[in-house]
Amino acid sequence: MKITQSKDKAEMIRSVKHFLMQYAIYLVLVAIIVTIVILEPSILSVRNATFILQQAAPKLIIALGLAGLILLGGTDLSAGRMVGIAGVICASLLQKPDYALRIFKTMAPLPIIVPLLIAIGVCVFFAMMHSMLISFFQIAPFIASLGMQMIVYGVMSLYFDGVNNSSPIGGFDTRFTKIAQGSIQMGSFRLPWIVIYALVITFFFWVLWYRTTLGRNMYAVGGNKEAAIVSGVNTKRVIILVYILAGVAYALAGFLDAGRTGSATNGLGEGYELDAIASCVVGGVSLRGGVGRISGVVTGVLIFQVLSYCLVYMDINPYIQFIIKGMIIIFATVVDTQKYIKKR
Amino acid sequence: MGHESYLLEMKSISKRFPGVQALQDVQFNVKAGEVHALMGENGAGKSTLMKCLFGIYQMDEGEIFMEGAPVQIHNPRKALDSGIAMVQQELEQIPQRNVMDNIWLGRYPRKGLFIDDAKMYEDTNKIIELFNMDIDPYAQMNHLSVSTKQMADIIKAVSYNAKVIVLDEPTSSLTEKETESLFQIIKRLKEQGSGIIYISHKLEEVMAISDRVTVLRDGRWVATERTEDITTDELIKLMVDRDLEKRFPPKDKEIGQTVLSVENLSSVYSPQIHDVSFEVRTGEILGIGGLVGAGRTELLECIFGMRTVSEGAVYAGGRNLVGSHKSCKDFGIAMVTEERRETGIFPMMDIRWNTVASSIDKDCTGMGLISLKKVEKSTQWAVDAMRIKTPTLKTLISSLSGGNQQKVLLGRCLLNEPKILLLDEPTRGIDVGAKYEIYQLMIALAKEGKAVIFVSSEMPELLGIADRILVMSNGRNAGIVDAESCTQEIIMKLAAKYL
Repeated sequence: MKITQSKDKAEMIRSVKHFLMQYAIYLVLVAIIVTIVILEPSILSVRNATFILQQAAPKLIIALGLAGLILLGGTDLSAGRMVGIAGVICASLLQKPDYALRIFKTMAPLPIIVPLLIAIGVCVFFAMMHSMLISFFQIAPFIASLGMQMIVYGVMSLYFDGVNNSSPIGGFDTRFTKIAQGSIQMGSFRLPWIVIYALVITFFFWVLWYRTTLGRNMYAVGGNKEAAIVSGVNTKRVIILVYILAGVAYALAGFLDAGRTGSATNGLGEGYELDAIASCVVGGVSLRGGVGRISGVVTGVLIFQVLSYCLVYMDINPYIQFIIKGMIIIFATVVDTQKYIKKR
Repeated sequence: MGHESYLLEMKSISKRFPGVQALQDVQFNVKAGEVHALMGENGAGKSTLMKCLFGIYQMDEGEIFMEGAPVQIHNPRKALDSGIAMVQQELEQIPQRNVMDNIWLGRYPRKGLFIDDAKMYEDTNKIIELFNMDIDPYAQMNHLSVSTKQMADIIKAVSYNAKVIVLDEPTSSLTEKETESLFQIIKRLKEQGSGIIYISHKLEEVMAISDRVTVLRDGRWVATERTEDITTDELIKLMVDRDLEKRFPPKDKEIGQTVLSVENLSSVYSPQIHDVSFEVRTGEILGIGGLVGAGRTELLECIFGMRTVSEGAVYAGGRNLVGSHKSCKDFGIAMVTEERRETGIFPMMDIRWNTVASSIDKDCTGMGLISLKKVEKSTQWAVDAMRIKTPTLKTLISSLSGGNQQKVLLGRCLLNEPKILLLDEPTRGIDVGAKYEIYQLMIALAKEGKAVIFVSSEMPELLGIADRILVMSNGRNAGIVDAESCTQEIIMKLAAKYL
């Protein structure tokens, strides 16, 4: 009798431990946010919620693209610059016809889809090159993406410098700003269109991850590449497709983020990849590959955005903000790694 | 052209790896509706031949014919498309995904653009029923037992409806009952006209299930015979090319006092061991047998302080060493691991550094700097004592043969002058001649008064080298038997005791 009791107790302790392990990062972040709200109750407003969602939307799109690469067991440091190049291209091609500093003065106004498609084309081109490095040459994703980051930044800066002498590109076509900045008024709540786009894209990725062969194969390649190969999965093709999808996501995010902020420089997108990777890790997408959920990515992005917004709102020293975010990333990774460490 | 009456024909297959000719001019064929067993000792080239067939390795020379027509198999996809399926010895599965995702990987049923999960579930259940098994298609792979994982892999191979099905050691962790249901499936597949290639070390199994048997030795084809025309003894003789009596060196040695006693040892994390007790005496060789996954390696790791122990004690030299890797090393316990490449050698380093890796403190000068002279002296000692065949001391260890690599690892242990040696599958993947030398070394060490504990999956080896055999079953000690009076059947029975 006594033995079974102690066994039950051990079982209970184990399941509590498991629960804490699984949700540790959420618990910590929620605790931080609750503390902030207690310290600064004025933060709880519809206005702030709208801002947070608006800022989170492009980051969610980036994170969804990048999460696929992490799921494959890789990472992507070039994501931010890819967003940047897409943003700069769209910005340069979507200025008001009567804007004094218009870059292409004689060009007729383009249909809005054309610059977007050009941006997607450029990003897909870079993503394909990137995926070749990973699939055919089997370079470590960290290094491959570091190199791609610099190349994309260089190309973007050359273009930026060449067309606009390194001054910020502004004066966007109203059609463009409407798409990126517009919103639907719902009573006292303003729902930005950009949030709706992000939700549609999230749904697209949800279907792709869970309901298609590519999605399942992505989990397989990330979980055990050898097993995927001997089961006849064309792993190279899977890798290339996932990179292309990420490229498309980056292009969409760049298009929206440039439109949202109303101007673009070659600094656009700097550091976005780090926020996106951090959000994925916080959301439980394992850096070891093969494990992760869309709901996790969404939660991760939201929590991270709420936290960033709160820190700015409370006017915390930006350097301290860096320290806090760095600690959260490390904590999330520690928890993630503990889950998969082989206990002996 | 290939021969018309063969379903599959492999002709003059050669494959070379750095430092070893793995296959030399091997021929092999399978007829429709037959089970063709492929036999040979570890390292004979059976798995390599099958990996060439399945496109995991690219053969250097040779031709493959399916139903008389030549086929080029560059990757597993091509093999599957040509009608070849395979269960590998080392299971390739995706641990984080569920059973049906694993089974249908690479050919998910679809409805338009989307995966048809309902059909997948149904199809999975259908074959699980065929096998009379109890597996939840939604169960996550890494939550299953070793034998269930193995059955899942077999189910997967069968579900391809392939013309040729390769089973590489399919029963290494199966119970007798599961093996029986596998044999039923094999019979059904035969009736359907499939050709089965069956690789196993278990002679009784091969005699029971196969129609023909081909023997490989050291990467060469030796013989192909009808199973009914050959006896077990003849088969063994073909495999080892040595009379049975001379397969193992004589063991004339004296057994002394108890040097290690393990009491009620249990471990925390899976694969767990439960309540294992035994003693070893100086000069004694204790073999540890049992199925793959029975907790043999884990037992050694628990003794050596590499695993978290929940209960029990490991007494040596009057002290309880349990849980402390350092106390074990200080007392004089040394271990050679099972996965030579993964956890044994440092492949990018030469023999010197591989040899002195665990005793380098002894090769330092008074200043605490490494003395190259001392390192070379130690290495030379190991090379001489272990009879390591190497061009120079500065040769990369990865360019040596498996047997010589193993001798380097043994030398590494002995430089610490251990009293107790733990050897996990010491002859795995090395050729027959080298095996004999390892046996000689083990016996010589025991003669010097050391205690040797070794894990082996090869029953003849257990019976031939050990004084006593501890059989593990599902993490428990199923019994300790005298090697003299023991038979393979007794070991098999004990291995299934707690399943």
